Amino acid sequence: MDLYGEIILDHYKNPHHHGRLAQPSISARDTNPLCGDEIQLDLLIDDQGQILEIGFAGIGCAISQASTSMLSDELIGKSLAEAEQITNEDIYELLGVPLTPSRVKCALLGLVTMKKALTLYKLNRDE
Amino acid sequence: MLNVDFIKNQFPIFDRKINGKRLVYLDNASTTQKPQMVLDGLLDYYRTMNANIHRGVHTLSEEATEVYEGVRIKVARFLNAQEPAEIIFTRNATEAFNLVAYTYGEQNIYSGDEVVVSALEHHSNLVPWQELCRRKQAILRIIPLTADGQLELSKLPEFITAKCKLVAITQMSNVLGTIVPLEKIIETAHKVGAKVMVDAAQSIAHLRMNVQAMDIDFLAFSSHKMFGPTGVGVLYGKRRLLEKMPPFLFGGDMVREVGPYQANWNDLPWKFEAGTPNIADVIAFGKAIDFMMGLNFKDIAEHDQQLVQYAREKLLQLPGIILYGPAVNGGIVSFNVPGVHPHDVASILDGEGVAVRAGHHCAQPLMQRLKVPATTRMSFSIYNNEADIDVAYVALQNVYKIFKIPTTS
Repeated sequence: MDLYGEIILDHYKNPHHHGRLAQPSISARDTNPLCGDEIQLDLLIDDQGQILEIGFAGIGCAISQASTSMLSDELIGKSLAEAEQITNEDIYELLGVPLTPSRVKCALLGLVTMKKALTLYKLNRDE
Repeated sequence: MLNVDFIKNQFPIFDRKINGKRLVYLDNASTTQKPQMVLDGLLDYYRTMNANIHRGVHTLSEEATEVYEGVRIKVARFLNAQEPAEIIFTRNATEAFNLVAYTYGEQNIYSGDEVVVSALEHHSNLVPWQELCRRKQAILRIIPLTADGQLELSKLPEFITAKCKLVAITQMSNVLGTIVPLEKIIETAHKVGAKVMVDAAQSIAHLRMNVQAMDIDFLAFSSHKMFGPTGVGVLYGKRRLLEKMPPFLFGGDMVREVGPYQANWNDLPWKFEAGTPNIADVIAFGKAIDFMMGLNFKDIAEHDQQLVQYAREKLLQLPGIILYGPAVNGGIVSFNVPGVHPHDVASILDGEGVAVRAGHHCAQPLMQRLKVPATTRMSFSIYNNEADIDVAYVALQNVYKIFKIPTTS
């Protein structure tokens, strides 16, 4: 089955940056109600706007969990501005497998949750 | 005994391949496939008698009207309703529940009244009642389940009390296949003066329905789950109830006389059929009724049981697999593979040409009770056989291989 290569399965079985952070700068949660995927994402951000640490927890299919794991690898050390630049296409490239429309939502759940966290973080900062 | 090969040959979709493999369609609870005669019915209407119905004097219109109303008569017979005027065509079962909620519900449910549903319900027979209760400050009560997914019948008197005005209940669970003993529920409800609305969306293709014998007040189902086209549903209601209900949608066809500032209503059933209906698909649906009338419901039930039993036996050979619901049911097996999300199971099965459904099956409260976010679901129909289950089984073994789940304990 094309979708379930070694890399994706490895990220699913041993997701990187798995587990909630003790003192996150911001947290966000999103779900894919169509199938029961859920991601909770914590970010630790320093004063210079750099992402120091990421932690995520969630239940869901291999694609949603693996893509979040891969995304979290990408985010470490990036600035908020760089994080905001990450596109859907970047996620597809990270996964490196063809996705049917119904699996696209799974693949993007991590990114959607991350962007939600960034928005919440900026709103908090502006207050 | 169903002659599965003979039946299957009537369904042209089985000619196509999925990912190079033969189509093993095990998602019948979502929708069923269509026999050639239904497809022919649809095209024939547009090719030979397409016209708007009910008011035309010309030949095409008269022919279309006769066939359309002829389907209403067929449905009445199929359900053993007293008369065709008790059959209302909607878009689907969901619309039928909304129709009753917005008309009978608005008119008869008041603050402090109770509406009772079960923990098995599909969202279409749950959310309209949630909203009705919210609007009218009524109370929604949910009959709980036993460990194996049947209704807690011993609790019925606790839930269906003098405060209960309406019981909305499924005849067959689309997740667990549980067949609900309607007679008991209807008896209990009628004793306290409550009406009963039955969700027959799943059961209509598996169990013979007799609305008069069961003294059912309202019933809803969809054409597309019984080999008919999408876009057509049926609401059955007892005449004396429908007569008192105000219309749901307003416009043409449901009126009698219209002045500039007011109108009065047409007779049943047209009072509830505003605007040009889905004429073509109702006519095609009539062919689906013909098709089902050619089958024996005893054979269908026997077939369902056989496949459920076979599937469960095979699935239980897979280490750690979890099956949900009663072993004896209307043709559905919901399960989970340990450590693998249903979405992934369904994707891998799709690679082998096997269509199943993964998710909450529009029954999130039931999933919450089962304490799982989702299940994978196989649902059988008259064109499935043990060979189909064998293909699914091999594909499931593949799931275990891919996710490296130990197959020996």
